Amino acid sequence: MNVFLTLVRRELGAAFNSLTGYVVVAITLLLAGFGLMDIVERLNSDRTPSPIPEIFFADGIVFWVTLILTTPVITMRTFAAEKALGTYEALMTTPVGEWQVVLAKFTGSLAFYLLSWAPLIGVLVVLRQVTHQPQLLDPWAMCGVLTGIACIGSTFLSIGVFASSLTRSQIIAAMTSLLIGIGLWTMSLRFSQTDTTGDRLGRLMDHLSVTHHMQDFARGVIDGRALVFHLSVTFFFLFLTQRVIEMRRWK
Amino acid sequence: MIEVRDLTKRYPGRTAVDGISFTVGRGEVVGFLGPNGAGKSTTMRILSSFMPATSGTVRIAGFDVFHQPDEVRRRIGYMPENNPLHIDMRVRDYLKFRARLKGLGIGRSRDRVDRVIEQCGLKDVEKRIIGQLSKGYRQRVGLADALVHEPDLIILDEPTIGLDPHQLRSVRALIKELGRQHTVLLSTHILTEVEMTCSRVLILNQGRILAADRVEDLESRFSQDGRVVAEIDATPEAIREAFRDLPEVASIEIQAAAGSFQRVALTPRAGEDLRTLVFEQVRQQEWNLRELTRPRLSLEDIFIQLTQKNKRGGL
Repeated sequence: MNVFLTLVRRELGAAFNSLTGYVVVAITLLLAGFGLMDIVERLNSDRTPSPIPEIFFADGIVFWVTLILTTPVITMRTFAAEKALGTYEALMTTPVGEWQVVLAKFTGSLAFYLLSWAPLIGVLVVLRQVTHQPQLLDPWAMCGVLTGIACIGSTFLSIGVFASSLTRSQIIAAMTSLLIGIGLWTMSLRFSQTDTTGDRLGRLMDHLSVTHHMQDFARGVIDGRALVFHLSVTFFFLFLTQRVIEMRRWK
Repeated sequence: MIEVRDLTKRYPGRTAVDGISFTVGRGEVVGFLGPNGAGKSTTMRILSSFMPATSGTVRIAGFDVFHQPDEVRRRIGYMPENNPLHIDMRVRDYLKFRARLKGLGIGRSRDRVDRVIEQCGLKDVEKRIIGQLSKGYRQRVGLADALVHEPDLIILDEPTIGLDPHQLRSVRALIKELGRQHTVLLSTHILTEVEMTCSRVLILNQGRILAADRVEDLESRFSQDGRVVAEIDATPEAIREAFRDLPEVASIEIQAAAGSFQRVALTPRAGEDLRTLVFEQVRQQEWNLRELTRPRLSLEDIFIQLTQKNKRGGL
């Protein structure tokens, strides 16, 4: 356990010691700023505006663009950079288990990802103070949003960690996870917008749609099925990562 | 300490290590010598249980590297090729991080890090970022990392590559120092390094061990039959005349040298030392003598001989 925490700390340290870490934070803040402009616009023009989390996380694309752009950059380093530098060899010749390494890299990425979203939460709180309309920012909806950010983030990050374990090039790792991310998002958009009454496949795809999940989360609905879905996908990709490491090692 | 039996490693289309066997006893400092691509790094990676062998067994301190890798890793301090370090970390933080990974507790890792920082002469730079250190210091950080968990065996893959002469000297001294308390296996293609630091040498070429012996024994085994070379100021005829009838001399070669001197190479009949004999002759004839040596084959010559022989055999 202690070794695990040491590894997680190292992952976070590496993120903050590198320029990419700050670039990620900057991108997140910049996009959050655009989102904020959108929110202010909508609050001014609509007579009965939707609650803020819905505008930001469900209707707008700001959340998705941020997620899809930043997660590959956060995770591309995890394995690829260590392999390119050779520190991977130093790491894997210590008595540390493969699962420990995989989980630590994932946890470090998740922690950094959540930290990069922290300023946005501040923005929303300020907005709530300024608008004097508490119903626009319901605490439950905020809980839902946070759960959504964490859950969907986990899925995307585990894909990124997996992509990074496949290669020693950070660029290839980032491009791979970016592609998978964009694919997942567009598929989700496509299926959550189709009329799903009756059609079984359509309903299934709707359940799997990550955008649909986020819509629920933004309304403050924490759906167990969505949680299970994201936890399973995360575990699945981390499992694949562990297999890749093991396979590469015993080749 | 190390027992390697019939170790083979094949990559697709290439055999990197071809059935080598050797043992290294506790407390030995053994040099792994070979040209680039001889299979040194591959062997070391297998020994440190970074990757598996295709066939054969390796036991470190009695533990099998394939079946008990964690036991092996706990007992090995391994410095990989090119000494990879996290260049964004500070020296002390890095060593502490590595100590923790190797299973040392918080208090113990602090003590050990203090100790290795002192041992490797890193006190002045312990708070500096590794990326800003000179190559010599980085190499010491790598060595400190290999030492930090008090391993029984230290494996160093080309520890002195790319250092300037000063750094080279200090890193070698450090390795020699380590050899007093630990078993050390190091690889290099610099031959003087083996002569200076190692008690025993394994010469590797194209995945096979060509020679394994103590450095001195290897030198005497390959020495040129006790040949003696002298530079004498006399005519070739007179020299030939003086040495022809001596029973100890098997053959004599004479070459003109600078000035009026001749370079004379004498081969003894049965390995005797001809130097006193040559000096006696020169004194009797009242010649001038400006050099008298029995050239010792350096490890370098042995190495070239061995690897070339191997190449010819292969063709």
